[in-house]
Amino acid sequence: MSVLDDLAVKAGDDDVVCGMPARFVAAPASAREAAALIAAARDLTVVIRGGGTRLQQGPPPRDLDLIIDTRRMAGVVEHAAGDLITVVRAGTPMAELHRLPGQQLALDAPAGATAGGTVAANTSGPRRLRYGTARDLLIGITVVRPDGRIAKSGGKVVKNVAGYDLGKLYTGSFGTLGLITECVFRLHPVPVTTAVVRATAAPTHVAAVLSAQLAPSAIEINAAPGAEPEIAVLLEGTPAGVRDRAATLARLLGGDVTTEPPSWWDTPPDPPGGLALKLTATLSRVPDLVAAAVGAGLTVRGSAGTGVLYAGAPAGADTVAEVVASVRAAATAAGGHAVVLSAPDGTRDGLDMWGPVPGLDLMRRVKERFDPDHRFAPGRFVGGI
Amino acid sequence: MSGIDALAARIRADLGPDQVLTDRQQLRTYECDGLAHYKVIPALVALPRTAAQAAAVVRACAAAGVPFVARGSGTGLSGGALPHADGVLIVTSQLRDILEMRPADERAVVQPGVINLQVTQAATPHGYYYAPDPSSQQICSIGGNVAENSGGAHCLKYGFTTNHVTALEVVTPDGELVRLGGAAPDVPGYDLVGAFVGSEGTLGVATEVTVRLTRLPETVRTLLAAFHGTDQAGAATSAIIAAGVVPAAIEMMDALSIEAAEAAVHCGYPAGAGAVLVVELDGPSAEVDAQFDEVTALCEKNGAFEIRVAADDTERQLIWRGRKSAFAAVGRISPDYIVQDGVIPRTALPEVLRRITEVASSQGVRVANVFHAGDGNLHPLVLFDDRVPGEAERAETVSGAILDLCIEYGGSITGEHGVGVDKARYMPRMFSDTDLDTMQLVRCAFDPDGLANPGKVFPTPRLCGERPGRRQGAFEHEGAEVF
Repeated sequence: MSVLDDLAVKAGDDDVVCGMPARFVAAPASAREAAALIAAARDLTVVIRGGGTRLQQGPPPRDLDLIIDTRRMAGVVEHAAGDLITVVRAGTPMAELHRLPGQQLALDAPAGATAGGTVAANTSGPRRLRYGTARDLLIGITVVRPDGRIAKSGGKVVKNVAGYDLGKLYTGSFGTLGLITECVFRLHPVPVTTAVVRATAAPTHVAAVLSAQLAPSAIEINAAPGAEPEIAVLLEGTPAGVRDRAATLARLLGGDVTTEPPSWWDTPPDPPGGLALKLTATLSRVPDLVAAAVGAGLTVRGSAGTGVLYAGAPAGADTVAEVVASVRAAATAAGGHAVVLSAPDGTRDGLDMWGPVPGLDLMRRVKERFDPDHRFAPGRFVGGI
Repeated sequence: MSGIDALAARIRADLGPDQVLTDRQQLRTYECDGLAHYKVIPALVALPRTAAQAAAVVRACAAAGVPFVARGSGTGLSGGALPHADGVLIVTSQLRDILEMRPADERAVVQPGVINLQVTQAATPHGYYYAPDPSSQQICSIGGNVAENSGGAHCLKYGFTTNHVTALEVVTPDGELVRLGGAAPDVPGYDLVGAFVGSEGTLGVATEVTVRLTRLPETVRTLLAAFHGTDQAGAATSAIIAAGVVPAAIEMMDALSIEAAEAAVHCGYPAGAGAVLVVELDGPSAEVDAQFDEVTALCEKNGAFEIRVAADDTERQLIWRGRKSAFAAVGRISPDYIVQDGVIPRTALPEVLRRITEVASSQGVRVANVFHAGDGNLHPLVLFDDRVPGEAERAETVSGAILDLCIEYGGSITGEHGVGVDKARYMPRMFSDTDLDTMQLVRCAFDPDGLANPGKVFPTPRLCGERPGRRQGAFEHEGAEVF
């Protein structure tokens, strides 16, 4: 029996990536088993699946033989509370890492997301303003290369400059460089107190929140055609500190102090069958980009305090190309990018979902070295990588 | 005309006659970086004044198959900027302009030869600063910081260079100018900025750096706590972290390093202290004041016999002066010394310190300890007298044993000084052959001919072999059957 015969089963109706059905699915239970599987699958095209929360986003793979499901490789290997780090297997649910005893991995992710998938898709949420993103919190990584070899970089200490930081390269690589099997993350203490200040206010007010001495953990906005724009700010800290800061902020924005975030918090607009985009801008140009996107009929939410926004609308197939072009032009003018996350059926092929990317030639050269046969998520990444 | 003469002529033509040095006396100025016991005189030195000139130098090297090494201010402590005897040293000190200061975007765009502290000085009037603050920040360059992923005392809270660089313009080893990343976050594609920062000059030369500016904190409060020994100071550090406080910095010095600092800069640390902690908190006043009381109480509870709180900026700088001068100060108590840089999990501190003491006394060598205690980054200073036969070797033995301890306890052989030429031989103790091979896949993607800073970081270069596009034989996994 080969490893493939042992592990791979015939794909079911749900084993589909952006409309492309897989032939087989395999769920290895360990890095070692995954390495053997990948070595044995040398003639197969592969897409890696964690919780599947981002699997239907982006361009479809050009070809798909095997889905490798990581969810059996789950569990916290180590939580060194005194060192503020944790070592976890890639298939570990993020929800588990959000509530470690007394500490947390301060990286927002949708329900069902896994640690490996969050790193591979570079998922982030509102608290990125304070804590950074996966690239900032990942301090060590173990991967199985497309040739089946197991390699690691980084380690279990936050401060470490020995060798190249492959964790950065794998963060946001969308499974195109191999399989992430284990991650080491930096942790943060759970804040004693939190408060949310909510206000009806235009995105232009975000600059005042940033320059006030309030050290917010998140600054989120919600804007839609024909609706009053909103701002919600998360504050974390000591009880007295949060109380004082929240009161100051409520005065600044003309808003209210609450304990719970609004319903739209960390909920990117993604209407079923519609158009969904990730937009970025330099901070001073966020209001311009929001105005352009709302003007194009999109609902916009996201981390205005970092320049990362999500936009969506139940767009008809006939207008998608036009909306994407106009919003992408606005994002480019704002010093950022527009990435199409999902688009109505039948329109993905005609769209450049990732848009223009600086340094693409070097990226192709990296891909060639790691995956010379283009077996891992072929066509899913920038420039057709 | 020899190969190097021809290369010098070409670079002179591209740059200008005064921007190329070939005179041996002038070249000697550049024979080492901050790690002065490695010395190599480069074949020639090029001093580009623009990114295009830097690219022209690299293109000339690529065409001639000559290795090149980039150098900023030459303050590195791992020999990362050690020249290649047959190669070109590209000195970035003439690329020294701050190109853009954009506080509203929290960004600045600078050339690689700009000094770290100049970025903060230029940003401060706008209410911002550049957070990474290596001890050499008055002289070290941003380009060198990018190469080494430099840290500093405040990286416990704010992170390292890699967390504060969002875009780069680099000259690739084939001489092409390429932009990576952007001023906005989450640029689509592989995070090549993340791969480049900390690659120690082995992936190319940075010619423009976009950095993140950080809002100046409303309040900074600093205290100095004196303890009878490092165990107590270590316990206080653990207690502070366990309480959920993330200070901007927690620094520790032991008795010997205090003695040295006292001799050098008269910092006036409490007499009789076996260890001191410098703890700094910053942020909104409403938060800092509450946490500062907590930190003070935790220091007292863990045996601090004296706590001094800086009342103003002058007192704050006085507290820091002892710490920041510690490396150089050791020269007052020992004719020669090795500055080591290793990392351990913070919780292993007392145990590792005991074992360092054991190793040192078994070799009859003294070790002064300075740490970034908050993140477990040790800077043991191994003291010796080169005039005493055998002492340098014994110091080297102790220094190497300290790195082995770091690895044994799950740490790293370098927290901020880099691997360079000095620690390449230790890399296989921390990483497997496959780990190192995988890192060098990145190297091969950028620099298949291995011309960018060869001999650094990796103990043995990977032959990049077949050019991309051709099928490589799949690796046969142990125990794996293939169908």
